[in-house]
Amino acid sequence: MGIGRPLPVAIAIAWVVGGAAASGAWSAAAAVGDAAAQAAPASAAAPAPDAEETERAARWKELQHAIFGERIVQDGSGWIAIEAPARALDAALVPVDLALTGDKAVKSIYLVIDNNPGPLAGHFIFGPQGDPHSLKLRVRINAYTYIHAVAETRDGQLYSAARFVKAAGGCSAPAGGDERQALQDIGHIKLRLTEPFVPGKPMQAQLMVRHPNFNGMQMDQLTRMYTPAMFIRTIDISYDGAQVMHMDSDISLSSDPVIGFGFIPQQKGQLKVLVRDTKDATFGQSFDVPAPAG
Amino acid sequence: MLRPRRTSRRQVLLGGAALACVSAAVLRGRAAGTLTAEVAPGIHFRRGLDEDVNARNGDAIANIGFIVGRDAVAVIDPGGSLADGERLRARIREVTSLPIRHVVMTHVHPDHVFGAGAFTQDRPQFIGHARLPNAMTQRGEYYRANLERVLGRGSAGPLIMPTRVVADRERIDLGGRVLLLRAHDVAHSDCDLSVFDPSSGTLLPADLLFVERIPSLDGRLKGWQRELAALRAVPAKRAVPGHGPVSVNWPQGAADLERYLDVLLREARAAFKRGVDIGEAVSTVGQSERGKWKLFDDYQGHNVTQAFKEVEWE
Repeated sequence: MGIGRPLPVAIAIAWVVGGAAASGAWSAAAAVGDAAAQAAPASAAAPAPDAEETERAARWKELQHAIFGERIVQDGSGWIAIEAPARALDAALVPVDLALTGDKAVKSIYLVIDNNPGPLAGHFIFGPQGDPHSLKLRVRINAYTYIHAVAETRDGQLYSAARFVKAAGGCSAPAGGDERQALQDIGHIKLRLTEPFVPGKPMQAQLMVRHPNFNGMQMDQLTRMYTPAMFIRTIDISYDGAQVMHMDSDISLSSDPVIGFGFIPQQKGQLKVLVRDTKDATFGQSFDVPAPAG
Repeated sequence: MLRPRRTSRRQVLLGGAALACVSAAVLRGRAAGTLTAEVAPGIHFRRGLDEDVNARNGDAIANIGFIVGRDAVAVIDPGGSLADGERLRARIREVTSLPIRHVVMTHVHPDHVFGAGAFTQDRPQFIGHARLPNAMTQRGEYYRANLERVLGRGSAGPLIMPTRVVADRERIDLGGRVLLLRAHDVAHSDCDLSVFDPSSGTLLPADLLFVERIPSLDGRLKGWQRELAALRAVPAKRAVPGHGPVSVNWPQGAADLERYLDVLLREARAAFKRGVDIGEAVSTVGQSERGKWKLFDDYQGHNVTQAFKEVEWE
């Protein structure tokens, strides 16, 4: 279920319960359907009353232990910024942008969505050609939750920052028209270079992958069974053979994942993307950098 | 056929006040019919409030109504809650004693279907799009739980599954009045069903047509544009929107919606081409439409998200 370390039983059970409770949940799209929609107050900033806040802190402590063991997680809020809507417009597609400032040598970033059925949404490991300063993701969010970003430095220190997001139901959003389309075009990969090419300078790119990312929580009406989970497990990005980024992901990435990342092209070359899903299907594509004219 | 009392526009507009009186009427032991306007001979509609569901409005926020034929009555959307459906049924009984043989559920959204439980006693056909059962299975229970949370326990009403589904086009005969049903491709939702009454030249596109209240996009933007274009060809004089005034000229009444969808598509495309992130797009795309729609801020960001997702894979 998670990534890396096995999780303690107590937490695993809590997830199962959470998953079951959420299984009948509406789609996020439906959340703004026509009614029953705006039950949540529009003003979203204040996280919660104290009791809930204590519970959330306990949850994060538990998760820290599950993911990082005895390692100490320090406060990184001064240099790790998480941008996400305080109140998600679409719980099945919540944009989360991470921006790292300062000069700490960051080896990897963990993205944790505390109250999701699979809290560890992704682990991003940066290679020599990678640039960890900007990472943009779209995630599903199943309940009001904190999102934690934890940066791991090359000398093994952990730093975290948090952001509270109000959204619900995103994990069990049913396959809509787009997901059906995604299944038809599964494995189609696009890359957009969003900054000009300057040799040796970090450059931003946006990777798009057509994949329904079924998380096992959507129900199929014909069979009355949950559509079996089938989601992207890893993405490897390299530049002229050198690693840019390796991603381990779980069920929390939105369908048709879109990932913004940075890399450092020393010269004109090729960016190679390899996607592998839980069915062990692999999808690969290479892109010229800079993009060919026209 | 019994002729209904004429209902003035003012009475229709006072619908909210009428709702407030309902509980008193129920306490006195009689159901009060909701106020409807006769938009064409035998077609009666209640204007929904331009609000999101809350405990006060009881989810009476969609335009719902019924069509009276020589032999039978068809309900076109039973309402947003059991009570909403009961008031509609009471109104039907004020107008006619003909049997209620059909209850059309135009799509899955709760403000249109949760009143269906009020009509099970009539043993009608509950009619929906071929994809409606799937959509109800996926979302129904959650909609219901959510509605109960807003309206109070036991107030939402049961989830009634369609007993007859329409995959393409079908007709229902009310006696001297044939209604044409049409199942649409993914548009406002993935299960939109429209009704056309040729005898009065009235199109009932339900939520394929929003007027004054911001449309909500829960299907596919380009699909909605295509289905609207197809509906333009329907030889109707008037249409009954799913939200907004209960009668507009057709097809002129779709002009604002068409413009809105065009702006959304054009600006989402342009934003994507400029490399704008989806998070930024939600606060910039379609802002020229602000002020032209009620509830704009409640739905615009969501609509942009949907549109953006669609255009980035073009």
